[in-house]
Amino acid sequence: MTQERKAPLPKSETSLTYAIEDEDHTLGNSLRFLLNKNPHVDFVGYSIGHPSEHRVQFRIQTTGEITATEALRQACRDLKQICAHMKQTMAEEVERVKSGAADMQS
Amino acid sequence: MICGPDLSQHTSTVTSANIYMGLGIDNSWSQEQFEEDFSIHINSIDEHDIEFDMRHVDPSIANAVRRILISEVPTMAIEHVFFVNNTSIITEEVLAHRLGLVPIKVDPALFEDKTNECSPNERNTVVLKLKVDCKRQGEEIINEKVYSGQLQWLPEGSEMPEETTCRFARSQAGAIPGGVDLVHDNILLAKMRPGQSIELEAHCIKGVGSEHAKWSPVGTAWYRLHPELEVLQAITGLMADEIVALCPGLFVMEGSGEQRQAKVTSARGNEMQLEKVRRLLSEEEWAKYLQLRKRKEHFIFTIQSTGALAPETLFMRAVDKLADKCDTLLGRL
Repeated sequence: MTQERKAPLPKSETSLTYAIEDEDHTLGNSLRFLLNKNPHVDFVGYSIGHPSEHRVQFRIQTTGEITATEALRQACRDLKQICAHMKQTMAEEVERVKSGAADMQS
Repeated sequence: MICGPDLSQHTSTVTSANIYMGLGIDNSWSQEQFEEDFSIHINSIDEHDIEFDMRHVDPSIANAVRRILISEVPTMAIEHVFFVNNTSIITEEVLAHRLGLVPIKVDPALFEDKTNECSPNERNTVVLKLKVDCKRQGEEIINEKVYSGQLQWLPEGSEMPEETTCRFARSQAGAIPGGVDLVHDNILLAKMRPGQSIELEAHCIKGVGSEHAKWSPVGTAWYRLHPELEVLQAITGLMADEIVALCPGLFVMEGSGEQRQAKVTSARGNEMQLEKVRRLLSEEEWAKYLQLRKRKEHFIFTIQSTGALAPETLFMRAVDKLADKCDTLLGRL
């Protein structure tokens, strides 16, 4: 019995360029970093065609296991988790410092 | 990162997931690893400023937070000024511009964005009034100088709704905890001579720094990398004398006589001396002994608030904004 091999995803789904409106290096570079960290992503890069154009051209090419859109979605979810953790860490640290200052005064 | 006299080396971070595959090391993203490594340590905090160490985060994320702080966290600022009377020598457009830059102490989260189509109301506008007359009182001249503290909050809304089209359905008095105040009462707005007067209404709306710097919630927000000074080979004898004399505080002498040796105390906190060292590195004899480095994952972050919001709150809002951007993009995909 031969094991059925999953057909590779078509190129039209694994190699895509997105135009993200009203965004800049803030989101572009953060997502590029996270997509670079994804082992299923072959290539990722972004460019802002012109400084007065508020649009990011985002190129993603995957190795074929996942679609480019799925990779981008994953990067967004990862970034949200990072944000949540950063916020929580800051809240805890502020709490620690402020309660420490209160202890000093009493 | 190694900082040379002219250029720095090894400046980029290694982010590719597969780069160490040959060594059997997985460099792909791991939230667990991030949560284990990431840390924040506050060095100093007060009403306006915060300095903290943020470790084990990529520059792309740290920079995103910095950029959002400067240009995308909203505040309230004066946008429309309605002049009833102005007989002072300062022209309306100049005074209106000066008013715009005055920081207003109110939480922007309590307000909606005001688009050009929607008329000003209690949910998107804060109304301030300025009415000053300069006159002589005996020898004294009163109101010769007009200060920001003379701006008066009108919780009931505009006193001339016909002209300003600003109508409040209800008072803001109960809706805004702590009310609306100025961060600084002593900003000089205008100067007058006896007989001159200014009467105006200033309407504040919510905005972001990318539209105009007056809405930026920070004086500025920046980070620098943690410096390190490495002694590559022991500095002894006359060279030790020279370096300790040149960079007091950064280097101390250990031992005495022929055995004396210059040792580094701490690169951090001696930044001025580090700049001298950086210059020395261009001299061949010193380059053999010293190397100036920076830790790529160790950010010393400073946020200077303009006063509307606490600096730690600004950090949280900036991080929230970054998460919002992800949500918006996820919604569009």
